[in-house]
Amino acid sequence: MNVLTDNLSLYGKGLLGTVELTVYASLLALVLGFVMASFRVAPVGSLRVFGTAWVTVLRNTPLTLLFFAVLLGLPRFGVVLPFELFAVLALGCYTSAFICEALRSGINTVPTGQGEAARSLGMTFGQTLSLVVLPQAFRSVIPPIGSTLIALAKNSAIAGSFSVTELLGTYKPLNELGYSIVWTFVWIAVGYLIVTLSISAIFNVLEKRWGVPR
Amino acid sequence: MTDTALYDIPGPRARRRHLVYGLAATAVILGIIAWALYLLFDTNQFTAEKWRPFAYEGIQELLLRGLGNTLKAFAYAAVLSLALGGLLACGRLSEHRLVRWIATLFVEFFRAMPVLVMIFFVFVALKVQPLPALVTGLTLYNGSVLAEVFRSGVNSVDRGQREAAYALGMRKTQVMTHVLVPQAVRAMLPAIISQLVVALKDTSLGFLITYEEFLHAGKLIASNLDYGLPFIPVVLIISPIYIGMCMLLSWFATWVAKRQRRSLKTEAVEVAPAEPGTLLPGAGQIHP
Repeated sequence: MNVLTDNLSLYGKGLLGTVELTVYASLLALVLGFVMASFRVAPVGSLRVFGTAWVTVLRNTPLTLLFFAVLLGLPRFGVVLPFELFAVLALGCYTSAFICEALRSGINTVPTGQGEAARSLGMTFGQTLSLVVLPQAFRSVIPPIGSTLIALAKNSAIAGSFSVTELLGTYKPLNELGYSIVWTFVWIAVGYLIVTLSISAIFNVLEKRWGVPR
Repeated sequence: MTDTALYDIPGPRARRRHLVYGLAATAVILGIIAWALYLLFDTNQFTAEKWRPFAYEGIQELLLRGLGNTLKAFAYAAVLSLALGGLLACGRLSEHRLVRWIATLFVEFFRAMPVLVMIFFVFVALKVQPLPALVTGLTLYNGSVLAEVFRSGVNSVDRGQREAAYALGMRKTQVMTHVLVPQAVRAMLPAIISQLVVALKDTSLGFLITYEEFLHAGKLIASNLDYGLPFIPVVLIISPIYIGMCMLLSWFATWVAKRQRRSLKTEAVEVAPAEPGTLLPGAGQIHP
Protein backbone atom coordinates (compact mmCIF):
# COMPACT_ATOMS: atom_id res chain seq x y z
CA MET A 1 0.00 0.00 0.00
CA ASN A 2 2.72 2.47 0.90
CA VAL A 3 4.27 1.92 -2.54
CA LEU A 4 1.81 4.49 -3.82
CA THR A 5 2.00 7.00 -0.99
CA ASP A 6 5.81 6.93 -0.88
CA ASN A 7 6.24 7.38 -4.61
CA LEU A 8 3.33 9.54 -5.54
CA SER A 9 5.48 11.87 -7.63
CA LEU A 10 7.06 8.98 -9.54
CA TYR A 11 3.67 7.47 -10.31
CA GLY A 12 2.31 10.91 -11.13
CA LYS A 13 5.13 11.51 -13.59
CA GLY A 14 4.51 8.13 -15.18
CA LEU A 15 0.78 8.68 -15.46
CA LEU A 16 1.37 12.13 -16.92
CA GLY A 17 3.79 10.64 -19.43
CA THR A 18 1.23 8.08 -20.53
CA VAL A 19 -1.49 10.72 -20.82
CA GLU A 20 0.79 13.04 -22.81
CA LEU A 21 1.84 10.26 -25.17
CA THR A 22 -1.78 9.24 -25.63
CA VAL A 23 -3.02 12.78 -26.31
CA TYR A 24 -0.29 13.77 -28.77
CA ALA A 25 -0.32 10.43 -30.56
CA SER A 26 -4.13 10.57 -30.75
CA LEU A 27 -4.00 13.99 -32.37
CA LEU A 28 -1.41 12.82 -34.89
CA ALA A 29 -3.39 9.65 -35.55
CA LEU A 30 -6.66 11.53 -36.05
CA VAL A 31 -5.10 14.01 -38.49
CA LEU A 32 -3.15 11.39 -40.43
CA GLY A 33 -6.10 9.01 -40.36
CA PHE A 34 -8.36 11.70 -41.77
CA VAL A 35 -5.88 12.47 -44.55
CA MET A 36 -5.50 8.79 -45.39
CA ALA A 37 -9.26 8.21 -45.31
CA SER A 38 -9.76 11.09 -47.75
CA PHE A 39 -7.08 9.53 -49.96
CA ARG A 40 -8.85 6.20 -49.84
CA VAL A 41 -12.21 7.60 -50.94
CA ALA A 42 -10.69 10.02 -53.49
CA PRO A 43 -11.56 9.61 -57.16
CA VAL A 44 -7.83 9.74 -57.94
CA GLY A 45 -6.35 6.28 -58.43
CA SER A 46 -2.81 6.88 -57.25
CA LEU A 47 -3.96 8.46 -53.98
CA ARG A 48 -6.25 5.49 -53.38
CA VAL A 49 -3.36 3.11 -53.91
CA PHE A 50 -1.17 5.11 -51.54
CA GLY A 51 -3.85 5.17 -48.83
CA THR A 52 -4.54 1.46 -49.21
CA ALA A 53 -0.85 0.61 -49.04
CA TRP A 54 -0.42 2.79 -45.94
CA VAL A 55 -3.29 1.10 -44.15
CA THR A 56 -2.43 -2.46 -45.19
CA VAL A 57 1.21 -2.20 -44.25
CA LEU A 58 0.73 -0.40 -40.94
CA ARG A 59 -2.17 -2.59 -39.81
CA ASN A 60 0.02 -5.64 -40.25
CA THR A 61 3.14 -4.19 -38.66
CA PRO A 62 3.92 -5.30 -35.13
CA LEU A 63 4.11 -2.11 -33.09
CA THR A 64 7.35 -3.20 -31.47
CA LEU A 65 8.93 -3.52 -34.91
CA LEU A 66 7.73 -0.02 -35.76
CA PHE A 67 9.17 1.39 -32.53
CA PHE A 68 12.39 -0.50 -33.19
CA ALA A 69 12.65 0.90 -36.71
CA VAL A 70 11.66 4.46 -35.84
CA LEU A 71 13.53 4.95 -32.57
CA LEU A 72 16.71 3.21 -33.59
CA GLY A 73 16.52 3.66 -37.36
CA LEU A 74 15.73 7.32 -37.96
CA PRO A 75 18.82 8.56 -36.07
CA ARG A 76 20.88 6.77 -38.74
CA PHE A 77 19.59 9.32 -41.23
CA GLY A 78 20.62 12.19 -39.03
CA VAL A 79 17.10 12.69 -37.69
CA VAL A 80 17.75 13.28 -34.02
CA LEU A 81 14.66 14.05 -31.96
CA PRO A 82 13.80 13.43 -28.34
CA PHE A 83 12.58 9.87 -27.67
CA GLU A 84 9.12 11.16 -26.75
CA LEU A 85 8.68 12.63 -30.21
CA PHE A 86 9.80 9.42 -31.90
CA ALA A 87 7.36 7.47 -29.75
CA VAL A 88 4.51 9.83 -30.65
CA LEU A 89 5.46 9.45 -34.31
CA ALA A 90 5.45 5.64 -34.17
CA LEU A 91 2.24 5.39 -32.15
CA GLY A 92 0.47 8.03 -34.22
CA CYS A 93 1.37 6.51 -37.57
CA TYR A 94 0.41 3.03 -36.38
CA THR A 95 -2.95 4.12 -35.01
CA SER A 96 -3.71 6.32 -38.02
CA ALA A 97 -4.23 3.18 -40.10
CA PHE A 98 -7.01 2.04 -37.76
CA ILE A 99 -8.54 5.52 -37.55
CA CYS A 100 -8.50 5.66 -41.36
CA GLU A 101 -10.44 2.42 -41.62
CA ALA A 102 -12.98 3.58 -39.03
CA LEU A 103 -13.52 6.88 -40.87
CA ARG A 104 -13.75 5.21 -44.24
CA SER A 105 -16.35 2.72 -43.12
CA GLY A 106 -18.20 5.62 -41.48
CA ILE A 107 -18.28 7.50 -44.79
CA ASN A 108 -19.40 4.35 -46.55
CA THR A 109 -22.38 3.94 -44.23
CA VAL A 110 -23.88 7.18 -45.57
CA PRO A 111 -26.44 6.07 -48.17
CA THR A 112 -25.70 7.08 -51.76
CA GLY A 113 -29.11 8.74 -51.93
CA GLN A 114 -27.99 11.36 -49.43
CA GLY A 115 -25.25 12.60 -51.72
CA GLU A 116 -27.48 12.42 -54.77
CA ALA A 117 -30.17 14.42 -53.02
CA ALA A 118 -27.65 17.03 -51.92
CA ARG A 119 -26.28 17.39 -55.43
CA SER A 120 -29.70 17.62 -56.99
CA LEU A 121 -30.44 20.49 -54.60
CA GLY A 122 -27.49 22.23 -56.24
CA MET A 123 -24.98 21.81 -53.42
CA THR A 124 -21.33 21.97 -54.36
CA PHE A 125 -18.89 19.20 -53.43
CA GLY A 126 -17.72 21.13 -50.38
CA GLN A 127 -21.26 21.67 -49.18
CA THR A 128 -22.22 18.03 -49.76
CA LEU A 129 -19.21 16.95 -47.80
CA SER A 130 -19.45 19.36 -44.88
CA LEU A 131 -23.23 19.61 -44.51
CA VAL A 132 -24.50 16.18 -45.49
CA VAL A 133 -21.92 13.40 -45.60
CA LEU A 134 -19.49 14.18 -42.79
CA PRO A 135 -22.09 14.97 -40.09
CA GLN A 136 -23.76 11.63 -40.75
CA ALA A 137 -20.48 9.78 -40.92
CA PHE A 138 -19.32 11.39 -37.67
CA ARG A 139 -22.26 9.94 -35.77
CA SER A 140 -21.52 6.36 -36.70
CA VAL A 141 -17.79 6.71 -36.28
CA ILE A 142 -17.69 7.66 -32.59
CA PRO A 143 -17.61 4.14 -31.04
CA PRO A 144 -14.91 2.62 -33.30
CA ILE A 145 -12.68 5.67 -32.89
CA GLY A 146 -13.18 5.43 -29.14
CA SER A 147 -12.01 1.84 -29.01
CA THR A 148 -9.08 2.63 -31.30
CA LEU A 149 -7.94 5.40 -28.95
CA ILE A 150 -8.31 3.10 -25.94
CA ALA A 151 -6.09 0.62 -27.74
CA LEU A 152 -3.65 3.46 -28.41
CA ALA A 153 -3.48 4.28 -24.71
CA LYS A 154 -2.73 0.65 -23.95
CA ASN A 155 -0.15 0.42 -26.71
CA SER A 156 1.70 3.42 -25.33
CA ALA A 157 3.08 1.05 -22.68
CA ILE A 158 5.58 -0.15 -25.28
CA ALA A 159 7.21 3.28 -25.30
CA GLY A 160 8.36 2.74 -21.73
CA SER A 161 10.78 0.07 -22.87
CA PHE A 162 12.35 2.53 -25.30
CA SER A 163 13.38 4.96 -22.55
CA VAL A 164 10.30 7.17 -22.65
CA THR A 165 8.84 8.17 -19.30
CA GLU A 166 5.47 6.51 -18.90
CA LEU A 167 3.46 4.49 -16.45
CA LEU A 168 4.71 0.94 -17.02
CA GLY A 169 8.33 2.11 -16.87
CA THR A 170 7.90 3.14 -13.23
CA TYR A 171 8.15 -0.48 -12.13
CA LYS A 172 11.90 -0.41 -12.70
CA PRO A 173 13.03 2.23 -10.18
CA LEU A 174 10.49 0.95 -7.67
CA ASN A 175 11.78 -2.58 -8.09
CA GLU A 176 15.30 -1.35 -7.42
CA LEU A 177 14.11 0.49 -4.32
CA GLY A 178 12.89 -2.86 -3.02
CA TYR A 179 9.16 -2.28 -2.90
CA SER A 180 6.72 -5.15 -3.17
CA ILE A 181 6.61 -5.87 -6.88
CA VAL A 182 3.01 -7.08 -6.80
CA TRP A 183 1.72 -3.84 -5.30
CA THR A 184 3.80 -1.83 -7.75
CA PHE A 185 1.99 -3.55 -10.57
CA VAL A 186 -1.39 -3.21 -8.90
CA TRP A 187 -1.00 0.57 -8.91
CA ILE A 188 0.27 0.55 -12.49
CA ALA A 189 -2.82 -1.42 -13.46
CA VAL A 190 -5.01 1.09 -11.62
CA GLY A 191 -3.30 3.90 -13.54
CA TYR A 192 -4.05 2.27 -16.87
CA LEU A 193 -7.63 1.63 -15.81
CA ILE A 194 -7.98 5.34 -15.00
CA VAL A 195 -6.70 6.30 -18.46
CA THR A 196 -8.77 3.79 -20.44
CA LEU A 197 -11.92 4.35 -18.40
CA SER A 198 -11.68 8.12 -18.85
CA ILE A 199 -11.33 7.76 -22.61
CA SER A 200 -14.30 5.45 -22.66
CA ALA A 201 -16.27 7.91 -20.48
CA ILE A 202 -15.47 10.77 -22.87
CA PHE A 203 -16.62 8.73 -25.84
CA ASN A 204 -19.75 7.59 -24.03
CA VAL A 205 -20.66 11.24 -23.54
CA LEU A 206 -19.96 11.96 -27.23
CA GLU A 207 -22.01 8.93 -28.18
CA LYS A 208 -24.93 10.03 -26.04
CA ARG A 209 -24.78 13.54 -27.39
CA TRP A 210 -24.26 12.87 -31.09
CA GLY A 211 -24.26 9.13 -31.68
CA VAL A 212 -26.75 7.17 -33.73
CA PRO A 213 -29.64 6.35 -31.42
CA ARG A 214 -29.93 2.63 -30.91
CA MET B 1 -15.85 3.96 -56.54
CA THR B 2 -19.39 4.53 -57.73
CA ASP B 3 -21.09 3.41 -54.54
CA THR B 4 -20.17 6.38 -52.42
CA ALA B 5 -22.31 9.33 -51.46
CA LEU B 6 -19.46 11.71 -52.13
CA TYR B 7 -19.69 12.22 -55.88
CA ASP B 8 -21.39 11.15 -59.07
CA ILE B 9 -19.92 8.98 -61.77
CA PRO B 10 -17.47 11.43 -63.37
CA GLY B 11 -18.14 12.82 -66.82
CA PRO B 12 -15.46 13.47 -69.46
CA ARG B 13 -14.29 16.77 -67.98
CA ALA B 14 -14.14 15.45 -64.43
CA ARG B 15 -12.28 12.41 -65.67
CA ARG B 16 -9.71 14.62 -67.39
CA ARG B 17 -9.31 16.60 -64.19
CA HIS B 18 -8.91 13.45 -62.14
CA LEU B 19 -6.26 12.26 -64.57
CA VAL B 20 -4.30 15.47 -64.01
CA TYR B 21 -4.64 15.11 -60.22
CA GLY B 22 -3.62 11.48 -60.52
CA LEU B 23 -0.48 12.32 -62.47
CA ALA B 24 0.45 15.06 -60.01
CA ALA B 25 -0.12 12.74 -57.04
CA THR B 26 1.90 9.98 -58.69
CA ALA B 27 4.74 12.43 -59.24
CA VAL B 28 4.68 13.49 -55.59
CA ILE B 29 4.57 9.89 -54.32
CA LEU B 30 7.39 8.82 -56.62
CA GLY B 31 9.31 11.87 -55.44
CA ILE B 32 8.93 10.79 -51.81
CA ILE B 33 10.07 7.26 -52.65
CA ALA B 34 13.04 8.60 -54.60
CA TRP B 35 13.96 10.87 -51.72
CA ALA B 36 13.84 7.95 -49.28
CA LEU B 37 16.04 5.89 -51.61
CA TYR B 38 18.42 8.82 -51.97
CA LEU B 39 18.67 9.08 -48.19
CA LEU B 40 19.40 5.36 -47.96
CA PHE B 41 22.15 5.60 -50.56
CA ASP B 42 23.47 8.85 -49.15
CA THR B 43 23.99 7.36 -45.71
CA ASN B 44 25.75 4.34 -47.26
CA GLN B 45 23.13 1.76 -46.37
CA PHE B 46 23.72 -0.27 -49.51
CA THR B 47 27.43 -0.82 -49.16
CA ALA B 48 28.52 -4.42 -49.52
CA GLU B 49 30.01 -4.37 -46.04
CA LYS B 50 26.64 -3.92 -44.38
CA TRP B 51 24.92 -6.62 -46.40
CA ARG B 52 27.70 -9.18 -46.27
CA PRO B 53 26.64 -10.72 -42.94
CA PHE B 54 23.41 -12.00 -44.47
CA ALA B 55 25.42 -14.27 -46.74
CA TYR B 56 26.93 -16.04 -43.73
CA GLU B 57 25.35 -19.27 -42.67
CA GLY B 58 25.66 -18.50 -38.96
CA ILE B 59 23.74 -15.25 -39.35
CA GLN B 60 21.06 -16.92 -41.44
CA GLU B 61 20.73 -19.59 -38.81
CA LEU B 62 20.44 -16.94 -36.12
CA LEU B 63 17.64 -15.23 -38.01
CA LEU B 64 15.86 -18.50 -38.71
CA ARG B 65 16.12 -19.53 -35.07
CA GLY B 66 14.61 -16.17 -34.11
CA LEU B 67 11.80 -16.66 -36.58
CA GLY B 68 11.25 -20.17 -35.25
CA ASN B 69 11.03 -18.84 -31.70
CA THR B 70 8.51 -16.21 -32.80
CA LEU B 71 6.37 -18.86 -34.46
CA LYS B 72 6.71 -21.12 -31.44
CA ALA B 73 5.44 -18.39 -29.12
CA PHE B 74 2.62 -17.68 -31.56
CA ALA B 75 1.61 -21.33 -31.76
CA TYR B 76 1.51 -21.73 -27.98
CA ALA B 77 -0.33 -18.45 -27.52
CA ALA B 78 -2.85 -19.22 -30.25
CA VAL B 79 -3.74 -22.67 -28.95
CA LEU B 80 -3.85 -21.63 -25.31
CA SER B 81 -5.87 -18.48 -25.94
CA LEU B 82 -8.40 -20.43 -28.00
CA ALA B 83 -8.74 -22.83 -25.07
CA LEU B 84 -8.98 -20.03 -22.52
CA GLY B 85 -11.42 -18.16 -24.74
CA GLY B 86 -13.63 -21.23 -24.95
CA LEU B 87 -13.52 -21.71 -21.21
CA LEU B 88 -14.33 -18.06 -20.48
CA ALA B 89 -17.11 -18.02 -23.06
CA CYS B 90 -18.64 -21.07 -21.32
CA GLY B 91 -18.40 -19.13 -18.08
CA ARG B 92 -20.05 -16.05 -19.54
CA LEU B 93 -22.87 -18.10 -21.05
CA SER B 94 -23.36 -20.08 -17.86
CA GLU B 95 -26.70 -20.18 -16.09
CA HIS B 96 -25.09 -19.80 -12.69
CA ARG B 97 -24.85 -16.16 -11.76
CA LEU B 98 -21.62 -16.51 -9.76
CA VAL B 99 -19.76 -18.23 -12.61
CA ARG B 100 -21.04 -15.62 -15.04
CA TRP B 101 -19.88 -12.78 -12.82
CA ILE B 102 -16.43 -14.18 -12.30
CA ALA B 103 -15.97 -14.80 -16.01
CA THR B 104 -17.22 -11.32 -16.87
CA LEU B 105 -14.91 -9.69 -14.34
CA PHE B 106 -11.97 -11.68 -15.67
CA VAL B 107 -12.70 -10.85 -19.29
CA GLU B 108 -13.31 -7.15 -18.68
CA PHE B 109 -10.18 -6.74 -16.57
CA PHE B 110 -7.81 -8.41 -18.98
CA ARG B 111 -9.26 -6.62 -21.96
CA ALA B 112 -8.71 -3.27 -20.28
CA MET B 113 -5.07 -3.95 -19.38
CA PRO B 114 -2.21 -3.44 -21.81
CA VAL B 115 -0.78 -6.84 -22.81
CA LEU B 116 2.65 -5.58 -21.95
CA VAL B 117 1.70 -4.93 -18.31
CA MET B 118 0.66 -8.57 -17.94
CA ILE B 119 3.78 -9.82 -19.68
CA PHE B 120 6.00 -7.70 -17.46
CA PHE B 121 4.07 -8.69 -14.37
CA VAL B 122 4.55 -12.37 -15.07
CA PHE B 123 8.16 -11.83 -16.10
CA VAL B 124 9.26 -9.56 -13.25
CA ALA B 125 7.02 -10.44 -10.34
CA LEU B 126 6.67 -14.18 -10.86
CA LYS B 127 10.25 -14.47 -12.18
CA VAL B 128 9.57 -16.95 -14.96
CA GLN B 129 11.43 -17.50 -18.21
CA PRO B 130 10.72 -15.10 -21.08
CA LEU B 131 8.81 -17.60 -23.25
CA PRO B 132 6.24 -18.64 -20.60
CA ALA B 133 5.86 -15.00 -19.57
CA LEU B 134 5.18 -13.92 -23.14
CA VAL B 135 2.78 -16.79 -23.77
CA THR B 136 0.92 -16.18 -20.50
CA GLY B 137 0.45 -12.49 -21.24
CA LEU B 138 -0.71 -13.11 -24.78
CA THR B 139 -3.01 -15.92 -23.66
CA LEU B 140 -4.69 -13.86 -20.95
CA TYR B 141 -5.34 -10.95 -23.28
CA ASN B 142 -6.28 -12.79 -26.47
CA GLY B 143 -8.22 -15.41 -24.55
CA SER B 144 -10.38 -12.69 -23.02
CA VAL B 145 -10.97 -11.04 -26.38
CA LEU B 146 -11.73 -14.38 -28.01
CA ALA B 147 -14.20 -15.17 -25.23
CA GLU B 148 -16.18 -12.13 -26.31
CA VAL B 149 -16.00 -13.26 -29.93
CA PHE B 150 -17.25 -16.73 -29.01
CA ARG B 151 -20.02 -15.36 -26.87
CA SER B 152 -21.31 -12.98 -29.50
CA GLY B 153 -20.97 -15.77 -32.05
CA VAL B 154 -23.15 -18.14 -30.06
CA ASN B 155 -25.62 -15.34 -29.38
CA SER B 156 -25.78 -14.45 -33.06
CA VAL B 157 -27.25 -17.82 -34.01
CA ASP B 158 -30.93 -17.44 -34.78
CA ARG B 159 -33.07 -17.88 -31.68
CA GLY B 160 -35.32 -20.37 -33.42
CA GLN B 161 -32.43 -22.82 -33.66
CA ARG B 162 -32.05 -22.96 -29.90
CA GLU B 163 -35.78 -23.13 -29.30
CA ALA B 164 -36.22 -25.90 -31.85
CA ALA B 165 -33.40 -27.89 -30.28
CA TYR B 166 -34.91 -27.54 -26.80
CA ALA B 167 -38.28 -28.47 -28.20
CA LEU B 168 -36.77 -31.70 -29.53
CA GLY B 169 -35.82 -32.52 -25.96
CA MET B 170 -32.07 -31.84 -26.17
CA ARG B 171 -30.17 -30.98 -23.04
CA LYS B 172 -28.33 -27.68 -22.67
CA THR B 173 -24.96 -29.24 -23.46
CA GLN B 174 -26.39 -30.99 -26.49
CA VAL B 175 -27.98 -27.79 -27.73
CA MET B 176 -24.61 -26.09 -27.43
CA THR B 177 -22.42 -28.74 -28.99
CA HIS B 178 -24.79 -30.04 -31.65
CA VAL B 179 -26.68 -26.93 -32.71
CA LEU B 180 -25.29 -23.59 -31.62
CA VAL B 181 -21.52 -24.00 -31.66
CA PRO B 182 -21.21 -25.57 -35.13
CA GLN B 183 -23.19 -22.72 -36.63
CA ALA B 184 -21.43 -20.09 -34.57
CA VAL B 185 -17.93 -21.29 -35.46
CA ARG B 186 -18.64 -20.87 -39.12
CA ALA B 187 -19.85 -17.31 -38.63
CA MET B 188 -17.07 -16.20 -36.33
CA LEU B 189 -14.12 -17.81 -38.07
CA PRO B 190 -12.99 -14.54 -39.72
CA ALA B 191 -13.12 -12.70 -36.38
CA ILE B 192 -11.11 -15.47 -34.72
CA ILE B 193 -8.41 -15.39 -37.40
CA SER B 194 -8.20 -11.59 -37.19
CA GLN B 195 -7.62 -11.89 -33.48
CA LEU B 196 -4.87 -14.43 -34.16
CA VAL B 197 -3.21 -11.80 -36.35
CA VAL B 198 -3.16 -9.56 -33.28
CA ALA B 199 -1.56 -12.38 -31.31
CA LEU B 200 1.07 -12.88 -34.01
CA LYS B 201 1.85 -9.17 -34.03
CA ASP B 202 2.09 -9.09 -30.26
CA THR B 203 4.63 -11.90 -30.12
CA SER B 204 7.10 -9.14 -31.01
CA LEU B 205 6.60 -7.84 -27.46
CA GLY B 206 8.84 -10.72 -26.44
CA PHE B 207 11.68 -8.55 -27.69
CA LEU B 208 11.13 -6.25 -24.71
CA ILE B 209 11.57 -9.05 -22.17
CA THR B 210 14.67 -10.42 -23.92
CA TYR B 211 12.92 -13.42 -25.42
CA GLU B 212 15.18 -14.56 -28.24
CA GLU B 213 12.73 -14.00 -31.06
CA PHE B 214 12.99 -12.52 -34.53
CA LEU B 215 13.58 -8.88 -33.55
CA HIS B 216 16.08 -9.95 -30.93
CA ALA B 217 18.10 -11.79 -33.57
CA GLY B 218 17.93 -8.68 -35.72
CA LYS B 219 19.17 -6.51 -32.89
CA LEU B 220 22.13 -8.84 -32.33
CA ILE B 221 23.16 -8.51 -35.96
CA ALA B 222 22.50 -4.79 -36.06
CA SER B 223 24.76 -4.05 -33.13
CA ASN B 224 27.72 -5.85 -34.65
CA LEU B 225 30.59 -3.44 -35.20
CA ASP B 226 32.41 -5.79 -37.59
CA TYR B 227 29.77 -5.22 -40.23
CA GLY B 228 29.51 -1.47 -39.70
CA LEU B 229 26.32 -1.57 -37.57
CA PRO B 230 23.99 -2.79 -40.33
CA PHE B 231 20.79 -1.56 -38.67
CA ILE B 232 18.90 -0.42 -41.75
CA PRO B 233 19.67 -3.60 -43.72
CA VAL B 234 18.39 -5.61 -40.78
CA VAL B 235 15.15 -3.62 -40.71
CA LEU B 236 14.85 -3.95 -44.48
CA ILE B 237 15.10 -7.72 -44.17
CA ILE B 238 13.08 -8.30 -41.00
CA SER B 239 10.09 -6.06 -41.68
CA PRO B 240 8.99 -7.62 -44.98
CA ILE B 241 9.11 -11.08 -43.42
CA TYR B 242 7.24 -10.07 -40.27
CA ILE B 243 4.70 -7.86 -42.03
CA GLY B 244 4.33 -10.48 -44.77
CA MET B 245 3.41 -13.17 -42.24
CA CYS B 246 0.77 -10.95 -40.64
CA MET B 247 -0.59 -9.92 -44.03
CA LEU B 248 -0.87 -13.54 -45.10
CA LEU B 249 -2.94 -14.32 -42.02
CA SER B 250 -5.07 -11.18 -42.50
CA TRP B 251 -5.74 -12.09 -46.10
CA PHE B 252 -6.71 -15.55 -45.00
CA ALA B 253 -9.25 -13.97 -42.65
CA THR B 254 -10.76 -11.81 -45.40
CA TRP B 255 -10.76 -14.77 -47.77
CA VAL B 256 -12.66 -16.86 -45.25
CA ALA B 257 -15.05 -13.98 -44.64
CA LYS B 258 -15.69 -13.62 -48.37
CA ARG B 259 -16.29 -17.32 -48.77
CA GLN B 260 -18.72 -17.23 -45.84
CA ARG B 261 -20.67 -14.46 -47.42
CA ARG B 262 -21.21 -16.56 -50.52
CA SER B 263 -22.18 -19.65 -48.58
CA LEU B 264 -25.90 -20.16 -48.02
CA LYS B 265 -25.41 -21.82 -44.66
CA THR B 266 -24.22 -18.70 -42.91
CA GLU B 267 -26.63 -16.34 -44.56
CA ALA B 268 -27.14 -13.10 -42.67
CA VAL B 269 -25.14 -14.11 -39.64
CA GLU B 270 -22.12 -11.94 -39.18
CA VAL B 271 -20.04 -11.71 -36.04
CA ALA B 272 -18.39 -8.40 -35.49
CA PRO B 273 -14.80 -8.61 -34.36
CA ALA B 274 -14.43 -8.00 -30.67
CA GLU B 275 -13.69 -4.51 -29.55
CA PRO B 276 -10.83 -3.84 -27.22
CA GLY B 277 -11.11 -2.19 -23.91
CA THR B 278 -13.93 -0.96 -21.96
CA LEU B 279 -17.61 -0.69 -22.22
CA LEU B 280 -18.09 1.07 -25.53
CA PRO B 281 -21.41 0.25 -27.11
CA GLY B 282 -21.50 -0.86 -30.69
CA ALA B 283 -17.88 -0.59 -31.70
CA GLY B 284 -16.82 -3.14 -34.26
CA GLN B 285 -13.14 -2.81 -34.95
CA ILE B 286 -10.28 -5.18 -34.65
CA HIS B 287 -8.05 -4.17 -31.83
CA PRO B 288 -4.85 -2.61 -33.12
